[in-house]
Amino acid sequence: MSEVSVNTEQIKSAIQDREIIQIRGMHKWFGDFHVLKNINLTVKSQERIVICGPSGSGKSTLIRCINRLEEHQKGEIIVDDIELTNDLKKIDLIRQEVGMVFQSFNLFPHLTVLENCTLGPIWVRQTPKLEAEEAAMLYLERVKIPEQATKYPGQLSGGQQQRVAIARSLCMNPKIMLFDEPTSALDPEMIKEVLDVMVELADTGMTMLVVSHEMGFAKTVADRVIFMDEGEIIEQNDPHQFFDNPQHDRTKLFLSQILAH
Amino acid sequence: MNPNDTNAAAYPIGQHPSLPPPTTERGVLKWLKTNLFNTWYNSIATIIGLYFLYLIIPPTFDWVWGSATWEASSNKDCRAGEGGACWGFIKARFVLFMYGFYEAEALWRPNLAGILLVFLGVPVLVPKIPGTKLFAIFLIFLYPWIALSLLVGPIKIALFSDTTFLILWGILIVALLFYGVRGMQTNDLVKRGFGFGSAYAAVVLLFLNWGLGLPEVETTKFGGLLLTLVLALTSIVVSLPLGILLALGRRAESLPVVMYFCIGVIELFRAVPLITVLFMAINMIPLFLPQGYSFDNVVMALIGLIIFFGAYLAEVVRGGLQAIPKGQVEAAASIGLNYYKSMRLIVLPQALKIVIPGIVNTFIAMTKDTSLVMIIGLFDILMITKSSITDAEWLGLEWEGYAFVGLLFWILCFSMSRYSQWLERRLDTDRRD
Ligand SMILES: Nc1ncnc2c1ncn2[C@@H]1O[C@H](COP(=O)(O)OP(=O)(O)OP(=O)(O)O)[C@@H](O)[C@H]1O
Ligand SMILES: [Mg+2]
Repeated sequence: MSEVSVNTEQIKSAIQDREIIQIRGMHKWFGDFHVLKNINLTVKSQERIVICGPSGSGKSTLIRCINRLEEHQKGEIIVDDIELTNDLKKIDLIRQEVGMVFQSFNLFPHLTVLENCTLGPIWVRQTPKLEAEEAAMLYLERVKIPEQATKYPGQLSGGQQQRVAIARSLCMNPKIMLFDEPTSALDPEMIKEVLDVMVELADTGMTMLVVSHEMGFAKTVADRVIFMDEGEIIEQNDPHQFFDNPQHDRTKLFLSQILAH
Repeated sequence: MNPNDTNAAAYPIGQHPSLPPPTTERGVLKWLKTNLFNTWYNSIATIIGLYFLYLIIPPTFDWVWGSATWEASSNKDCRAGEGGACWGFIKARFVLFMYGFYEAEALWRPNLAGILLVFLGVPVLVPKIPGTKLFAIFLIFLYPWIALSLLVGPIKIALFSDTTFLILWGILIVALLFYGVRGMQTNDLVKRGFGFGSAYAAVVLLFLNWGLGLPEVETTKFGGLLLTLVLALTSIVVSLPLGILLALGRRAESLPVVMYFCIGVIELFRAVPLITVLFMAINMIPLFLPQGYSFDNVVMALIGLIIFFGAYLAEVVRGGLQAIPKGQVEAAASIGLNYYKSMRLIVLPQALKIVIPGIVNTFIAMTKDTSLVMIIGLFDILMITKSSITDAEWLGLEWEGYAFVGLLFWILCFSMSRYSQWLERRLDTDRRD
């Protein structure tokens, strides 16, 4: 009996010690413009990371490199033991394991909410339609909008759309979720409903990388906060240390600016 | 104080109920007043307009209907009439107008092809009817070959006259099917596609060689509305997929050879008049073929029409592709859809929906431009009319002839236009309801 529990404990810690994302000496250029400079970042399974920094600092570009929406030119990125190269098959495999939520939702407007959610499972994972629909309804319940399943995205509010986008990603059963400023296109009253869903998701042990300036969210959820400026990771720390006791001058300046309003 | 404001105070602040919008006056008189007689100059314009309608409509009606001649065996019978239209001309030459010189005892063949097309096509075009998918599969994969066999009979392939070769061909088909099944079992899409695709092509060749066992009809016998419909439908159905491929190819920046090839085809064929393309198809292509080989003029005309309008459609489709935000492709990629799936499921459905008006516009132009094949000696409906009215027996009946063709074209093109509007409304998912 006790042996079993030790085993599960061991398995649990083994999962948590697994380095699911490894980025080493990574650089990226847009033409001549050096956007990301010598990025080194390791993310453990079930870790939750919030990335912040001024506009144009390369936050979006960094997380978009993780599912190869952007290509890096130097260094290596290894996701779930697969190195990102030009091999299209591997890229497709990684994208199945990595979900992404965009600032502008990017739902498919010609498909219903339910079809948005079942598209990936049906066409990528070859799940039978009925099974995919049942699973999708479960996720729609988790993001609290099962009643909108038959509507089209254009008929929903921004907050509802973003929650559908989260459900759509979750339907693929990803190991990692990337969020690129998921709440910054939303009205204040809708921000909370989306953040609530994300907090619940964090509680289930999902590995999450979130680009966000929501300090409350960072404090309650993040294991680590990363500050980027001009394409470099300037500072990283646990959220309380980070917000209460920033080390770097640029971090201090940035925090004073976002606290100012 | 504005009288409308009187009940403004009737509700306490924060408890104003939602009220129906104010009703304005209604009725025919109101409509007339606001649309036709709202100012003195509009009233004058209305009266002048009415006067012109009075001048035009009664005589037109009289010509079309009142004093029209319905039975005639030559223009002498028409002259006997009281100056009305001579529809007897159309009636006497109806078969010629519809089928050209198609053999009289074989007219059931185009008729059957047409009936089959309506039977299969209507459920596909009106997606509310259940079983659409089955009909579509039948329409795309079987109907073209059945229709072709009905219209022209067997297309003899020399090799198939040899029994040994036939047996080898049969073995090849079985082998290809087996290869496809293997691909299915191992979930290998390329293997599956190649196996089943080639087996299908091999069976189609065999079927065309048999041609339903009907006697052969040469395409030189095709004419009239039959030829017009064959040209228009075939070029519509084939040039759209071609246009989509050219448009996708034009944007394939990672495949420069494909990209420049597509740009070349599009820019070449868009910049040359259709008449030139048709002349080239008839006169130039045979020069490159080995001696003794001759392609059918109808086929040549079709190839010319398809490539020419494929290039036009490619540009229409490209406009739609450009209107789809990059985020859609990124979202599709982020759930693991590869290029082909994201094009097929996400980008093209949206892009094509946006450009339905442009596509149908091109279809309409295409339908009307099929009449240009008259310059390469084909007798489409317009050419049949032209030659009929110069026939000594029927001289002087231009009005009737051209009114009839005009009406036929108008029915074809107007129904396409209405259908596209209906489709657009049906596919509109932005409405809130
Ligand atoms: N496709 C591109 N081509 C060229 N430059 C780009 C491209 N995408 C982004 N950039 C540039 O790279 C830099 C980093 O962009 P990125 O979107 O990663 O910043 P960010 O930190 O996410 O900023 P924000 O907070 O405004 O979203 C910016 O200067 C941007 O102008
Ligand atoms: Mg960004």
